[in-house]
Formats: sequence, structure tokens, C-alpha cells
Amino acid sequence: MLLIRCPYCEEERPELEFRNAGEAHIARSANIAGESDDDFEKFFFIRSNPKGIIYERWRHMHGCARFFNAVRDTVTDKFIMTYKAGEPKPAKLPGASK
Amino acid sequence: MKKYSVFAIAREAMRGHKGWEAQWSSPEPKKEYDVIIVGAGGHGLATAYYLATVHGITNVAVLEKSWLGGGNTGRNTTIIRSNYLYDESAGIYDHALKLWDGLSQELNYNVMYSPRGVMMLAHNVHDIQVLKRHVHANRLNGIDNEWLTPEAAKEFCPPLNISRDARYPVVGAALQRRGGTARHDAVAWGYARGASARGVHIIQNCEVTGVKRAPNGAVTGVETTRGFIGAKKVGVVAAGHSSVIMNMAGVRMPLESYPLQALVSEPVKPVVPCVVMSNTVHAYISQSDKGELVIGAGTDQYVSYSQTGGLHILQHTLDAICEMFPIFTRMKMLRSWGGIVDVTPDRSPILAKTPVPGLYVNCGWGTGGFKATPGSGHVFAHTIARDDPHPINAPFTIDRFRTGRLIDEAAAAAVAH
Repeated sequence: MLLIRCPYCEEERPELEFRNAGEAHIARSANIAGESDDDFEKFFFIRSNPKGIIYERWRHMHGCARFFNAVRDTVTDKFIMTYKAGEPKPAKLPGASK
Repeated sequence: MKKYSVFAIAREAMRGHKGWEAQWSSPEPKKEYDVIIVGAGGHGLATAYYLATVHGITNVAVLEKSWLGGGNTGRNTTIIRSNYLYDESAGIYDHALKLWDGLSQELNYNVMYSPRGVMMLAHNVHDIQVLKRHVHANRLNGIDNEWLTPEAAKEFCPPLNISRDARYPVVGAALQRRGGTARHDAVAWGYARGASARGVHIIQNCEVTGVKRAPNGAVTGVETTRGFIGAKKVGVVAAGHSSVIMNMAGVRMPLESYPLQALVSEPVKPVVPCVVMSNTVHAYISQSDKGELVIGAGTDQYVSYSQTGGLHILQHTLDAICEMFPIFTRMKMLRSWGGIVDVTPDRSPILAKTPVPGLYVNCGWGTGGFKATPGSGHVFAHTIARDDPHPINAPFTIDRFRTGRLIDEAAAAAVAH
């Protein structure tokens, strides 16, 4: 089981308290009905599914219940960092293996 | 290829078993092939086999980054069934089921296909409605599926607990008698042997590191850890790594890869005569011919390539198994493992041409690809050979996520996701 640091609670808690909420930094169009089929597919279905560093959303379901973002290595499952929702994608990663 | 038979066994017994030949050869890769298949799992090897036998295309290489059948082919729970809800799914899974019947004879290799029956349990009114809907839909598609009372379910599988005191009592079951299990490794080995005998090159320890494309966009070959290998047609059958390979060709996929776990118990005498599945408590179980209980768990909730998974996932599954079969509460579990499954948004596979000329993909089988192995290879070989899909896999396009023509088994695949 993973230990995940909630950036709001500022605590490492067991994975069971959290729900993964998919890839992060995918912006929903303000005019979703006006999206072309191609753009809607990219927004709704296409995922980067990286082997390596992933930026993803988690929700501290059984804690503060808030969404936040995490950077994780999908090969080792090691969390590199977590940060609050709304903060920009970190340009530089602390202690990244790659 | 020397045929296996009772006479071959007798002949070899006479001379100390020194005449058995390797089941497939391991040649050096050539500079160029007509077709390259990326991934020597069951689906990839079956594709190569049917390219050779059905379409006469034998100048084929199957490239495998590690050892043959060492990915999900060697990691699944070997369940075979075709009781899917939608016509498209019923078509492809039942095509596979028909090929399972007779596959050992076709390959001259005992894949130990055992149609011992797959029984899916209902625990509440909603389950009854869903499973009965499946029974009716399957029958309309000519697929056997029947409704059992709890008593009939217990008669079919005696260790099952049908007590009304259970936390989730069994209130009925759907039974597909043609469903069952097969020996997963033998499927890969049998297809490999059959393909190799017809001239297909199976190249292990050869990881694809890039996909080369001509200025017009068409595929010209693949870069590998053993150098460049040319081919005008490349079929990607890389399961959990499909999106990694497709990214090398510049195609972003509607896929996410998750660890899926399974485990086996210590071997015991025959006790579970069929496959039992429950979506509501989420567990499935059968017994291998070695006597181990083979138990399938769920996926982890996050994207990962770690080929492992959280222990709490296994605990959850064993809770459910003990609920269904209190007789097993003191069984010891021997081993557990994880495989990486590639899941599409609609939980149906993609077997199709891609936007890149000469590049084909067979992926997205998610948590249940083993059962489809022969059918998947058969229609994918057709797609590659003719550059046009077989009518059975025509609906499983890559662009259905743009057009919206989904095959939305997500809630209907007869398993919980």
C-alpha cells in the first residue's frame, strides 16, 4: 500500500484514505458543446499513460476530502511530490530519477 | 516440426528421450520481414500463427522484449467465456470460444482447454436483473447461458456457501457451460511452435525502442536493442505497454495501464469443479489441474507499470472468497503476482488499423484478454494480411472514441471494473 502525503493535511496517510482521480492538468473547455470531435476525444479519452513520471490527481476521500495533484514514477510507484490543486505543473522535480 | 503423438512418446521412451527437438527455433533477426509483430504473448503469437496458416505470410518476426509468454499470458487466471452483453463483443469472444474447441488438435499441442462451466453469482435484485439480461442477450446471439437457482448453483459447485445468513447471500447464478479454463503457458508455447514450424522468426530478448516512419508517414520498421529491423507492416500486440510503443510511432492512445493481481493457494485435491465468479463481492476462483486454487483480484486504482500491486487488493479478494467458500478460510496462499493491463475507456479492445499506414494495433483487452487469444489472433492476422479488418473486429476501431460509436462494455462486460 502506498503512503501518500496530502498537501492540505500536511501528513503522509495510507492509500486507503485516497482515491486516484486520473491524469492531472487536463483542462475542460469552457465551451464544451462547441468542441470538435477531435478535441473532445483528446480531452475525454486520450491519456498519456506514461511509463515513468506521471502527473495525476488524487482526492483525500476519507480525510479532508480535497483534490490535489501528485507526481509519481509509474515504474517504482514512488511519489516524487504532491502539490495543491490549482498550482502550476512543477517545472523542476526534487530528486527525480529521470 | 515433429508431430507429438503416443507413438512419439513410445519412440522417445525407447531411446531415453534424446530425440525431442526444441519447440521453436531462436534465429538471428533478418534485416527485413514482411510483417513484424511486437510482443510474443498469446495474442501476438496467435497472430503470427494465423498469418502463416490462413494467409500464407511466413516472412514474419515476433519480437519480444523479455521471454515468450512472460507477460499477461503467464499471469492471468485462464478463464474462458463468451457471455458478453453486446453483439460486437459476443461476436468476437464467441469466435474465440469456437476456436478454443479443437485448438489442441489444430496445434498438435495440448492446451488443456476444459469447458467445465463458468458460473456467475447473483447476490441481490440488481445482480439478478443484470445477469438475466445477459442470459437473454446471449441466447439471442446463439451463446449458451442459463439461469440457476441457488440450490442448482450449489449442486453444480458443491463447496459454494448458499446460506441465507451470508453477508451477501447467493440468490441465483448464470451458467455458461461452454466456458472454462485452459493452460495459459501451453497456449503461447503451442502457437509459438506452430508458427516457428512454418518459418516465423520468434526473437526473444529483443526490445523495440523506436518505430521508424518514412516521410510519407508509412512504417518502415522498428529500432530494437538488437538493431534496426525493417518491415512495411508492424502489428503492435504489447498489452500494458501498447501505448508506450504507439507513442514511439507518434500515436497517442485512449489507454491507461493498471496492475492486476492474481494468486494461487497450496495445491489440494479436486474441490472446485468449475469457474465461479462474483462481481458484487468481486472475486473469481477456479482450480488448476495441479490442484491450486487460482484466484483473481482487482486492479489497483492508479496507473502503474510495476507488475505488482497493493496487498489490500488481495486481502479484499480473499475476504470475498472466504465469504463464498467458508471451507477455504484456512487455506494457505502460495504465490501472488501482478500483470499490467491496458484498459480502454469503454472496456472493449482495439483491433484495428491506425492513422499510420502499415501500423496495426491489437490492445485494450484490459482485465480479460486471455479468453480471446485464438479469436483475437485470427482476426488480427486478417486485418494485417488484407489491410482491412475482418467483419468480426470491424467495430473495434481506434477512432470510435472520436466518432462516439463505443462498444460500452464498461458496465456490461459481465465483470465489475
